[in-house]
Amino acid sequence: MSIKKIGPAALERWVDGLIGRQTVIGVQAKGDKFAFAPLAKTSALRLDYDVAVTAPKAFLQPPCETLLRFNPKGYESVVDEQPFVLFGVHPYDAAAILQMDVVFAEGQADIHYLKRRAQATLVVSDVQQPSANVFAGCMNTAVLEQGGDVMLTRIGDAYLVESRSDKGAALVKSLAGEPDAAPADLQLRKKTWDDNRKRLRRHELKVKPGDLPALLARSYDHPVWEEKSKRCFSCGSCNLVCPTCYCFNVRDDVRWDLQSGERVRTWDGCMLAEFALVAGGHNFRKKKPERYRHRYLRKGQYLFEQHRQIACVGCGRCIGACVTKIANPVEIYNRLAEGPR
Amino acid sequence: MSQILTAEKDIYLPEPADVVRAEPMTKMEMFFEFKLSSGRPLGHMPGQFAEVAIPGIGEAPISISSSPTYRSGFQMVVRNVGNVSAAMHRLAPGKKVGIRGPFGTQFPVDGAMKGQDLLFVCGGIGLVPVRSAIDYVLHHRKDYGRVTILFGTKSPAERLFVEEAKQWAAQPDTTFLETVDRGDEHWKGSVGVITTLMPKVKVDPARTVAVICGPPIMYKFVILELDKMGIGKDRIFVSLERHMKCGVGKCGHCQINGLYVCQDGPVFRYTDVAEVREAI
Repeated sequence: MSIKKIGPAALERWVDGLIGRQTVIGVQAKGDKFAFAPLAKTSALRLDYDVAVTAPKAFLQPPCETLLRFNPKGYESVVDEQPFVLFGVHPYDAAAILQMDVVFAEGQADIHYLKRRAQATLVVSDVQQPSANVFAGCMNTAVLEQGGDVMLTRIGDAYLVESRSDKGAALVKSLAGEPDAAPADLQLRKKTWDDNRKRLRRHELKVKPGDLPALLARSYDHPVWEEKSKRCFSCGSCNLVCPTCYCFNVRDDVRWDLQSGERVRTWDGCMLAEFALVAGGHNFRKKKPERYRHRYLRKGQYLFEQHRQIACVGCGRCIGACVTKIANPVEIYNRLAEGPR
Repeated sequence: MSQILTAEKDIYLPEPADVVRAEPMTKMEMFFEFKLSSGRPLGHMPGQFAEVAIPGIGEAPISISSSPTYRSGFQMVVRNVGNVSAAMHRLAPGKKVGIRGPFGTQFPVDGAMKGQDLLFVCGGIGLVPVRSAIDYVLHHRKDYGRVTILFGTKSPAERLFVEEAKQWAAQPDTTFLETVDRGDEHWKGSVGVITTLMPKVKVDPARTVAVICGPPIMYKFVILELDKMGIGKDRIFVSLERHMKCGVGKCGHCQINGLYVCQDGPVFRYTDVAEVREAI
């Protein structure tokens, strides 16, 4: 599929047209930070954002979603099949979404995620302004060379728009009359990608990401878990902001008649004290170092063993979200690489 | 390019089941028999569990206590310890629940246990899932060698399946021994933790398969005793407890290091979890 080059006016016309046709979730300023939210007007779209506070996974696995409705007659499934566009997703967040696609599809497929996901069109946008803690360059997720439905790259005042799927082609249909990108533009895009691989390294990982599973596998008894977790509040902020965290809780919300209601799925987090608690009171991960270690081992070892992908995309959100500054994965990985000390 | 898969079946949708029996067993435990409203059998094997849903309360993983050879329905024994189990204790015949499952691995009644002498070591409600295997084995009595069942509880009042255990003990080549941590004025049997029963048992370690289920603290001590008896680690099967919230390997609650108890367990061959640090 051809790659178009569009100026600011064409971009605005295009996004205006999309907003008129369907829900567009786009990045917007929120105070001095940025957030994904339904876009009312194109001028609010901020493709120059550094990082969105909450990862766009929130629109695919919402913090609270209805799985089932029940009444005295029984249960029925609730699925959300409203089409929407997720506009301006950074490559590292898109990489996380592609991982979620595997998680929810493998083994016993989860229709609640998959049906919503099937309705989403993913417009990925290259990073223009690296955030304070991003290290996607170290995790090979600074650039998304494949995947997503549309890829946007800013070149000067213009954008290169690449359609990467049938859904993407449908989305960019109105741009058919725009000029194709010239070879020089593609060279500039390649340069942006090369630059981003180097720029999105606010923390420098001293090991190759591919070596992390083996490194973590031999670090079970490393003192770093105990040391760092001493300052952990078990608040779960690192789970909350993580684009690859998908653990969930399920609970029933009852209406006033005490007979009907909804079974809802909410985000959960392995750092919360009661995550591994069972009825009867036994907590299988009672101590903070156990929970803290589990999170890193799950991201870098257990999930890798399952999907051959590291469940850390280097967005750096956990680093900023952690109140006591113990959640920097790069710091931990580098420390482990130094060996026990 | 990634392909987004879709499916039609909702893995979280419970299937209606009818309460056929609901009878108190001890102060804390209630015995249930359910039947899927569709009339089809649950299709479980010994050792598996199902999610029981009570509308408005929630869902909980409960082990299946009956053998699949019992065809009228399936049975569970539930200790009143949480929201769902408390709501289950208010159930009566004629009421409905939701069921998802069966989930998880089984005791290898048709595999490693077949043709072998069997040693079941159960603590408290650990007897509940193991009963499905005991009944299965006794139903196919000729397919197995000597059967020894060890059962320990905290007190005489907490003993489960008391009448059934007498029938087990009456089967040929079958021994049932029990103990309590603390007796009472009527108790004339053994007093002491479950491991105190183990020296009383004579087994041929080369042809014995052991099955363990009980409170978390019990496993390592029982395994030490089995080791003393000469039973190889690969001949030991453990059923492990965790919070199998979703049952389908997604929610993360039941993970033991990289293993999902709801999918990889709850029954594990001991050699598969001996080196898994969070397991035992």
